[in-house]
Amino acid sequence: MSTIELNHVSRWYGNVVAINDITMTIGPGVTGLLGPNGAGKSTLLHLAAGFLAPSRGDLTVAGAASWHNPGIYRTVGLVPERDSVYSFLTGEAFVRATAQLHRLADPAAATRRAIAMVEMADAQDRRISTYSKGMRQRIKVAAALVHDPPVLLLDEPFNGMDPRQRLHMMDLLHRLGEEGRTIVFSSHILEEVERLSGTIQVIVAGRLAASGDFRAIRRLMTSRPHVFVVRTSDDRRLGARLIGRPAVTGVEVTGRGLQVRASDYGAFSRELAVLARDEGIRLRELLPADESLESVFTYLVEA
Amino acid sequence: MFGIQGRVVAAITWRATMGRKRAFIFAISPLVLVLVTTALKLSHPERASWPADILGVFGLTVVLPLTALIIGTSVLGAEIDDGSIVHLLATPVSRAVVIGAKYAVAVALTMIFAAVPELVAGLIATGGATKLALGVFAGALAGSVMYNAIFVMLSVVTTRAIAWGLLYVLIWEGVLGNLVAGARLLSVGQYSLGIANSIAHDPGLNAALRLPTAVILGALVTAAALVVAVRRLASFSLKGEPA
Repeated sequence: MSTIELNHVSRWYGNVVAINDITMTIGPGVTGLLGPNGAGKSTLLHLAAGFLAPSRGDLTVAGAASWHNPGIYRTVGLVPERDSVYSFLTGEAFVRATAQLHRLADPAAATRRAIAMVEMADAQDRRISTYSKGMRQRIKVAAALVHDPPVLLLDEPFNGMDPRQRLHMMDLLHRLGEEGRTIVFSSHILEEVERLSGTIQVIVAGRLAASGDFRAIRRLMTSRPHVFVVRTSDDRRLGARLIGRPAVTGVEVTGRGLQVRASDYGAFSRELAVLARDEGIRLRELLPADESLESVFTYLVEA
Repeated sequence: MFGIQGRVVAAITWRATMGRKRAFIFAISPLVLVLVTTALKLSHPERASWPADILGVFGLTVVLPLTALIIGTSVLGAEIDDGSIVHLLATPVSRAVVIGAKYAVAVALTMIFAAVPELVAGLIATGGATKLALGVFAGALAGSVMYNAIFVMLSVVTTRAIAWGLLYVLIWEGVLGNLVAGARLLSVGQYSLGIANSIAHDPGLNAALRLPTAVILGALVTAAALVVAVRRLASFSLKGEPA
């Protein structure tokens, strides 16, 4: 019931398309929105949170359109990326004010519960201006959770956190997901998404590039063709021999060496060394040409 | 006035606005008004109409709009600029309550920092609770109500609210209002002067509008500005990451 549904949603700014015809359903559990910076993850979260109107398509949260509908905030909690909070308030006052804005029956109890959830009780009476980045992030989560929403949206929640704070936050989000809430967070870091979420949605250049179980997407990523750049004492001769190998699907002579496309990563790395020794060719450099996250994304988009 | 939600919004707004050491900035022009008035009083000017000049020209058409501009554009504009407004808007609070509470704080602060000093200056200039002193006080109270509706609206509509507000006060009210009679019909400064003059009956105030016109047009402008502000806030959007 607390699902987020996007039906052919697009959002553009003038000529720039930020979100391009995305259809997806996000249900209970933790879902990670993965994608490089500028891919449209924040735009997607802002659309879901009712802080942006879709240019085309429908978007509903728990069955209700989120744009122009402040009522959805009874269902949705939002942790925005920007670090600006009312820093002159204490953590407790900030969360309690949010509870009062929600008109909760017992704001004090809800505030205590939310602050305990993010383990900020010790620092709750300090002004937010004295908090570290990680503490601010946690107090923002407490405010977003104060009305016990079934849907929680977090924009880059791990940005600027140290490893311990990161683990703690992951743990919290995991618990909330286990309780049956719909937790959606964005990240451009593969490991964060991998550790935390069962389901991921990969967004690249405004499009939904891959979607589903993390392991399936991981397999898709590792079994893709690998591209290497090899510099040797005799590029052309080695290239001629390599193209005869079943593990190699393409060879190109370029200014900075041989660009080799291998379908089987393991077989290629074993055969290259043997081949070079047999031919008396000296291997000077062997570099993976596409190990950056960006190339993984590019591959996912083109696949 | 608006229940718990309105009180929370107003309390946060009050602290945010007063806490940023802005109170000193708010106090500068009213302080100048009172000091100049005192200096003039002590120097016994020959021109008999000097109190109307300083209270009307300087007090009502310079100090009041500038103070309202700084306050009215900051009660909501500062939070929109730094993004903290999201925490307020990500709750089921009606947008009308948000605008109403922030507007109420702006009006109250402007009355404290512009209307009360105008009364003090009036008392000093005219030597007591004269019609002129009470008239300009009434005009300043009404002006606080009208100007802030416009400036709060500007802060939702544009990120350059102060620039547009200055253009309005200086160019529209200051220059065009003096040259073009029609511009006076759409000038909050003239509404304030009209209301002030209905009590003061002082030709030195140069009021162009009569009380009914000033009150009706002022109420219309105020209501229209607040409606626009609520509607624009309801469509408040977060900018996405640069594509």
